[in-house]
Amino acid sequence: MSQLTLALADGAVVAKRNLIKIKRLPEVLIWTTMSPIMFVVLFAYVFGNSIQIGGGVSYREFLIAGVFVQTVIFGSTFTGAGLADDMTKGIIDRFRSLPMARSAVLVGRTGSDILYNSISIFVMTLAGLIVGWRIRTSPLEAIGGFLLLLLFSYAVSWIMAYVGLKVSSVEVVQNASFMFIFPITFIANTFVNQDSLPGPLRVFAEWNPVSSVAQAVREAFGNTGGLPEPDVWSLANPIPYTIIWVGIILAIFVPLSVRQYKKTTSR
Amino acid sequence: MAETNTGGALLANETEGGEGVTDMIRTSGLVKRYGKVVALDGLDLAVPKGTVFGLLGPNGAGKTTAIRILTTLLEPDEGSVEVAGLDVRKKPGRVRERIGLSGQNAAVDEHLSGYENLEMVGRLYHLGRKRSRARARELLDRFELSEAGDRPAKTYSGGMRRRLDLAAALVAEPEVLFLDEPTTGLDPRSRVQMWETIQELARGGSTVLLTTQYMEEADRLAEDIVVIDRGRKIAHGTSDELKTQIGGERVEVVVASSSDVPAAQAILETLCVGDCQFDEQTRTLTAAVDGGVEALGQVLRRLGDRNVAVVDVGLRRPTLDDVFLSLTGHAAEVADSTDGSSDGSEDERSDVREKEAVR
Repeated sequence: MSQLTLALADGAVVAKRNLIKIKRLPEVLIWTTMSPIMFVVLFAYVFGNSIQIGGGVSYREFLIAGVFVQTVIFGSTFTGAGLADDMTKGIIDRFRSLPMARSAVLVGRTGSDILYNSISIFVMTLAGLIVGWRIRTSPLEAIGGFLLLLLFSYAVSWIMAYVGLKVSSVEVVQNASFMFIFPITFIANTFVNQDSLPGPLRVFAEWNPVSSVAQAVREAFGNTGGLPEPDVWSLANPIPYTIIWVGIILAIFVPLSVRQYKKTTSR
Repeated sequence: MAETNTGGALLANETEGGEGVTDMIRTSGLVKRYGKVVALDGLDLAVPKGTVFGLLGPNGAGKTTAIRILTTLLEPDEGSVEVAGLDVRKKPGRVRERIGLSGQNAAVDEHLSGYENLEMVGRLYHLGRKRSRARARELLDRFELSEAGDRPAKTYSGGMRRRLDLAAALVAEPEVLFLDEPTTGLDPRSRVQMWETIQELARGGSTVLLTTQYMEEADRLAEDIVVIDRGRKIAHGTSDELKTQIGGERVEVVVASSSDVPAAQAILETLCVGDCQFDEQTRTLTAAVDGGVEALGQVLRRLGDRNVAVVDVGLRRPTLDDVFLSLTGHAAEVADSTDGSSDGSEDERSDVREKEAVR
């Protein structure tokens, strides 16, 4: 077996194990699905009536893409927390003494978390439809939007995997990732039009990949209404720009995480 | 216990090398440091195929470090390591295919059932789906876990988890099995069960390296024992050889009052050959003597002459605790310095250690 097929085959075994855990601890899944509902409802009703986005698009339509992006990024902390938890358990010694691919624990974890994110996207979609959000494009384009969301969240979960291995404490992963996720998801066009931000923040927002994901998803759902086309390259070409970022994140954090995994012993 | 014909295999650093015997485990000059702490300080081991080898030492002696290096979990700083004829440092992946590890903390996933744990391990040994499933059922049967096989492992008792962990180590029928303190933390009954299981494996011809801090465990299971302390080998031999090294039988006296300890000590000192221990706190005196029963009679007579009230008196064969004490000058464990029931009651001793292990 080649290294890649080995990593995928062993990763699938580990992913299956993670999924069995979901079955055994359904409360985790319930909380995973509760928070996206909360986000959709909170933003729709708290901000929905007071923020005018312009361009003849309702704020509720505008913000749903932002909520989706923020939620899947928060969802990726699940990867870090899950790995940090694993690292404190004896099972990781078992894994490390087995002739499995060194990357399998990480491949399996990030892989099973795609399902987690899929579930939360599904739930958010339902919640969004209930509060009045609509997809105004073809189903194919919408599916493209969902896939891009998953792809980006997959890349982010590798960052969180690295964090989880590095700190090896579930609490620290959660606190540390909040410090990182709040700024990157708020200094973006997730909840406001980036044009309304002051100078440096606006530049950050324009080149923030979170913005490009939100922009791409928004376009995929046809929620941009009469908003003017952004003239920054990153937002004018949100799909290629997002994919470039996905490539960069994976190229850095896959090898980094695998190396960290090899180095770390259970504590 | 196996008989060994070599009489003088007691000195440290002596390398075992029987003719025509392949060593399944071989280390030389193994060094591992954690910052300034030296966990292993030039350890040489040689374990012939098909033997049960005991690595005996107190907490912090370097046993777990040695196991972690041998099972590819840790890189040594110096020295060479070979397992099943493969260089562990150069070919860790190949080594992993041929070993099984059962650790101190049962390395099973508590949310998975026993069956799911074993099936997963089989898959990760690349046995294939069918074989992994069959093997999981087989091992559950063998370790009397069939009934609990479909329950999450977190519902298992400590003994059951340990058995599951050992089963996981056996999934791929490894050539070399590493057991790191297989009975630490188990209740006496589970411990005896675990011993029987290991003995069964040994009869089946497996090569086993086990670490333990329980002297009686090494005594009972291992044909060949290396005693380590602070990362160094301090003795090597069969348990009989180790016992012989520190003399014959012990007379052990517990006096009623601590004011009688000096008097009793004076009496025992005249008869003592080699290893003598006096513990004022527990009022326990132990002396290695020549000519067992006769010496015991003499001790009793003299104690009577001087009106020393005795709570308990007896004759016992030296335990490996005694070996450790006389080799290192300090007890194997703090609690073990008080260890000395005259009848050598195993259960009582286990209890003392049990408490120590829990602490």
